[in-house]
Amino acid sequence: MKPTRVTNRIRALRFAHDEMTQADLADRIGVTRQTLIAIEQGRYSPSLEMAFRIARVFKVPLDDVFDYPDSEDPQ
Amino acid sequence: MTLEERRAWIRLVVAVLGYAVYLVVVLGRVDGGPLVSVSYAGPLLWTVGGAIALAVLAEIGFAVANPRASQLKDDRDREIGHLGDQAGHPFVVIGALAAMLMALADWAPFWIANVIYLCFVLSAIVGGVAKVVVYRGSVPEW
Repeated sequence: MKPTRVTNRIRALRFAHDEMTQADLADRIGVTRQTLIAIEQGRYSPSLEMAFRIARVFKVPLDDVFDYPDSEDPQ
Repeated sequence: MTLEERRAWIRLVVAVLGYAVYLVVVLGRVDGGPLVSVSYAGPLLWTVGGAIALAVLAEIGFAVANPRASQLKDDRDREIGHLGDQAGHPFVVIGALAAMLMALADWAPFWIANVIYLCFVLSAIVGGVAKVVVYRGSVPEW
């Protein structure tokens, strides 16, 4: 059991898109605001489908929203 | 707090309260005699039924008090739900196995019923605690 290593730029993208609120984005991708907050803070790794929905809202490729480190750091 | 997190809290609190009431009532009936002679069936059935009714009423009460609260259940809720169920499930199996062995060994119905009830309560508590901890922290990756 380990925390997610996926990082994201959702917060920056929200601000770049007319300061979209967490509630607005959560509504548009069909999740609760608490789930969106957990994703933003890296406490929850979204499913691939949810990740695509988020990227589609911002009209950017998936790689512009999420990042996964290349190397496996020793834990 | 999401609908499912609130539900997890309600079920956790109700499980603890229900069992606490049961223990107080049954232990209060011990009158110097052996524990197995205490009348336990009524309190057991009433606290199980009462806990279910209380959980339903609490959910209805919260829904009425917060009509605009989100009723959405999403992927994260489902994952946390599965995780909590997995954490609590072993106690149901332990309770069933223990009850089977106790029945084979001719234990008194008092002990068999109480072991099953205790394991149900432990399952609800462990599962509930797992859910609320994960809701407050992060969903683990395996």
